[in-house]
Amino acid sequence: MAKLLVFVEQRDGKAKKSSFELIAAAAKAGHETHAVLIGASVSGLAGECAQYGAQAVHAVENASLDKYTSDAYAKALQGAIKALSPEIVLASHTPMGKDLMPYLSALCDAGLASDCTSLEFDGAKLKLKRPLYSGKATAEVEFLGGGLQLATIRPNAIGLPKPDTSKSATATALSVDVSGTKGKCLEVQKGASTRPDVTESSIVVSGGRSLKTAENFKILEELADAVQGAVGASRAAVDAGLRPHRDQVGQTGKVVAPQLYIAAGISGAIQHLAGMRTSKVIVAINSDPQAPIFQIADYAIVGDLFQVVPAITAEIKKL
Amino acid sequence: MNLLVCIKQVPDTETKIKLNGDSTGIDPAGIKWIVSPYDEFAIEEALRIKEKNAGSTVTVLSAGPDRVVDALRTALAMGADNAVHVELPESADSFMAAKALAGAIKKEAPAELIFFGKEAIDDGAAQVPQLVAGFLGLPGCTVVCGLEYGSGTVTAKREIEGGSFEKVELPLPAVIAAHKGLNEPRYATLPNIMKAKKKEVKAVKLADIGVSQADQKIKLKNLQLPPPKQAGKKIEGDAATQAKTLVDFLRNEAKVI
Repeated sequence: MAKLLVFVEQRDGKAKKSSFELIAAAAKAGHETHAVLIGASVSGLAGECAQYGAQAVHAVENASLDKYTSDAYAKALQGAIKALSPEIVLASHTPMGKDLMPYLSALCDAGLASDCTSLEFDGAKLKLKRPLYSGKATAEVEFLGGGLQLATIRPNAIGLPKPDTSKSATATALSVDVSGTKGKCLEVQKGASTRPDVTESSIVVSGGRSLKTAENFKILEELADAVQGAVGASRAAVDAGLRPHRDQVGQTGKVVAPQLYIAAGISGAIQHLAGMRTSKVIVAINSDPQAPIFQIADYAIVGDLFQVVPAITAEIKKL
Repeated sequence: MNLLVCIKQVPDTETKIKLNGDSTGIDPAGIKWIVSPYDEFAIEEALRIKEKNAGSTVTVLSAGPDRVVDALRTALAMGADNAVHVELPESADSFMAAKALAGAIKKEAPAELIFFGKEAIDDGAAQVPQLVAGFLGLPGCTVVCGLEYGSGTVTAKREIEGGSFEKVELPLPAVIAAHKGLNEPRYATLPNIMKAKKKEVKAVKLADIGVSQADQKIKLKNLQLPPPKQAGKKIEGDAATQAKTLVDFLRNEAKVI
């Protein structure tokens, strides 16, 4: 059993579900699981942390930590590590987690395994797997030496159990000096999109260049809305200007691992497959029966996506 | 202004990956090596700053085996002035690579702005820029798709989830990791490619900067190629039938909706 600390990521007082995946998995494996909250006013999230299995919740609160910056948050988390002496620190591999943890790795002189797709333990040692070449290969990670182990885990890779709503907790304040940090977040410009991000959604509906126009993506958006999913795109579709780069799934875009990935009109170039092949269930819809995407699809539909996709949306709405 | 760009040489995205004999890495035979795509945005950004600020120099730095000198020559052909190669074993992790880069920066190329690509497309760890920032005690910002230059500061537009952005002000010196959208990288011209072949590439040994194998923190082992997937179910019929069958499978067999 290890003493384990999970960095609970929050923006505007709302915690990321993927942080709770880590708490739940660590607690289930029998580790002494501590949650650490960082921000201006975040201790209100302590109850939720406990409901997913945190034994203790700690908060580093300071007005200067209201908005995220790498050096200040790393210093705050380093302070929590000094105070609590964990053997393992986990964070989600999100835009915040992947920016924060390497900085912390340098400050703490500790090894970091990034973007892991599984979380298991061998006693007090992490047993992790991570993709290489965007999933064209996977590797096991071994920590050398006996020091602190750091890891970021890909959102959705573990899955979220139901919270135990009978539990509650109060955060213990940790006093950490975060003065003298240099980066300053001036503002967060909110995206117009209310749609979930492809990396965070448990269902992703992606389209390729055969959608032909940006307007035609509407049929994918309608399907995504029906299942509360995100809309992704192939590099070909992004290069053709049909979707913004942030929606691109693949080796030069985002790597996703949702429960369900629906590829419509995507032929399956090697660099796209690299970005989505670890999805739990893959549905491919393509008019070309020879399209490589069918080699990794669990459910294959040869047909015209302009007819099939709206029919699926209609069918789901009946549920 | 001294500008530094750290680049990594990686297999081309079209490469079909094969494993080496003991499954600790990949078989390098037949691989076409390229400059990691995000690093090209970093090189381009440094060149643009240099063009606007007379007297600036752009140094490119890469850590790795001897082959990475080719990547440095690509950057020289794009317009970089100097190149530094730090030797680093193929098996080094991000921590050791960043230690080597930070050591070489201190010794050979102190800079006001240190650029990286937001991640290399081989291991995709996205660690090295912030590790180097941490080692050098500098502010760092990653996934940067816009930059404004002030006096003694730089303001970075950093992409986060859901199409949102953080605007982060960093006092110089600072570390910036570039994302697509920051600029449109130029192509090297043939005369510049020829000239780049003759430029000196300074070599730095790990021992010169106090880095050793003991700085490696993690090791990758038992690499595996993804298992071949079993043939999926082909769903026949007209569009309405296909849709009905699929939704039934997703709900009752796969249980994902």
